[in-house]
Amino acid sequence: MSDYAIEARELTKKFGAFTAVDNISFDVSKGEIFGFLGANGAGKTTAMRMLIALSFPTSGSAKVAGFDLLKQPEQIKRNIGYMSQRFSLYQDLTVRENIRFYGGIYGLSDQELASRTAELLQRLGLESESGQLVGSLPLGWKQKLAFSVAILHRPRIVFLDEPTGGVDPVTRRAFWEMIYEAAASGITVFVTTHYMDEAEYCDRVSIMVDGRIDALDTPANLKKIYDAGSMDEVFLQLARKATRTDG
Amino acid sequence: MDRIIVDQITKTYATGKGKKRVETPALRGISFACAEGEIFGLIGPDGAGKTSLFRILTTLILPDSGQASMDGLDIVRDYAKIRKRVGYMPGRFSLYQDLTVEENMNLFASIFHTTVRENYHLVKEIYQQIEPFKHRRAGQLSGGMKQKLALSCALIHQPRILLLDEPTTGVDAVSRKEFWDMLDRLKAQGLTILVSTPYMDEAARCDKVGLIQEGSLFSVDTPQGICDEFTTPLWAAASDEMYPLLKDLRRSPEVKTAFAFGDSHHVTLANPTPASEHQLQEWLRQCGHTGITWKRIDPTIEDRFMAFTTESHV
Repeated sequence: MSDYAIEARELTKKFGAFTAVDNISFDVSKGEIFGFLGANGAGKTTAMRMLIALSFPTSGSAKVAGFDLLKQPEQIKRNIGYMSQRFSLYQDLTVRENIRFYGGIYGLSDQELASRTAELLQRLGLESESGQLVGSLPLGWKQKLAFSVAILHRPRIVFLDEPTGGVDPVTRRAFWEMIYEAAASGITVFVTTHYMDEAEYCDRVSIMVDGRIDALDTPANLKKIYDAGSMDEVFLQLARKATRTDG
Repeated sequence: MDRIIVDQITKTYATGKGKKRVETPALRGISFACAEGEIFGLIGPDGAGKTSLFRILTTLILPDSGQASMDGLDIVRDYAKIRKRVGYMPGRFSLYQDLTVEENMNLFASIFHTTVRENYHLVKEIYQQIEPFKHRRAGQLSGGMKQKLALSCALIHQPRILLLDEPTTGVDAVSRKEFWDMLDRLKAQGLTILVSTPYMDEAARCDKVGLIQEGSLFSVDTPQGICDEFTTPLWAAASDEMYPLLKDLRRSPEVKTAFAFGDSHHVTLANPTPASEHQLQEWLRQCGHTGITWKRIDPTIEDRFMAFTTESHV
């Protein structure tokens, strides 16, 4: 098996005359924390939807978790985790019911489900809240729970779409520590964020501009290449080159 | 004169009945003032009480106790008048998704007995950026365009006070800077702006900042004043392996706090002396770290905020 969790080759997505994702090629190594940056409308979400097999590319191909995007989309879905930008758990189910629901969808046995639920609740310190409706939890807890649920079935890759938006600074850091733990356990992490300090926490970062990947390297190298003091400056230099309107 | 005066506002929500009744305090006596032509930033996490305060100041809900005035008008007695003078952009996109950009604008203008044409000059700069899409339904707009439309709708009746509840959450770094440039220009026109945000870097763009946590304002000052409240010496540490470094820093008895801050970790010491600094660096070398850098730095608002929130949980 290859050493890559994701191999994207000339992936393109067109909506009519509009090219949302324009011929992107890149590899993500196993166990890597890969930051997928770009301005609003640069094509990040469209690219991510193709990688998680929710949207079919207009042209190009990719291998995700070792499976062919065009031929084995269902295997891809089974072997990845996904935490969407908008909160992905059911607000009107309890903590325990949400875990049960997602575990069931991913085909965990009752036994696996029981042991992983207990472990998850203990790790998050949510044992006494397990019967509470998720809607009543603070945002920080919801985000941590959503992440834990997204990796409940031990996927090879987890895709996180702006997991820390609107979260307080302490919780944001606690969330990143969970990301590090997941990466250390061998799960590849593919993450988008608008916090440029978080770009520094990634092993490598790509920056999308107008549907293309205009830069891809480690944060340290990107700062060197763009002669910038921070990832914020790198991002601003690249994103300001965008010509297409925020559509 | 102060355009917004908030004096000891409290609000508690109750759920359930009888023995099952649970009371959740949302605001525990909030007080601050905001002058004409000033941007006041309310900084705090989800659940801190920011939205409750916005709803009280926009006269949508009543406080349990305390008083507040907007543009000299009492929020309880003069609620109808306040609504004409306040523009409100809620945290959640609240325009009509199935109306077009233009239809939303016309609707909000007509609610306030005006027309888009009459007040076009007020919104021109912002609205022009989305006008090419005026026949598109609001639900089909991108995040950045929705935000511009919501701001245009909040400004169309020429308010004197603008209340913006987390306008930049989920918005990219470039658009966030552009949004704050727009706020600066609105401020220059004399608008008073109360804005909440979870992005600590945006606090620096406010004239005054209030840090809010669990329904209490624990600090109100200029951005510099807030940074100055952080009196403990602060260092930035880095090495070739940043995550192991964070764990090793926390294992050291010399260290009081250690938090990741982009390309370095911000560290405070239990006993900040040169001897302790030396001991810590020696410990890091023993842990096998290479490329260690260690330097004294000035605190940011985020440092101050985190110091408060972590201390309050001890």
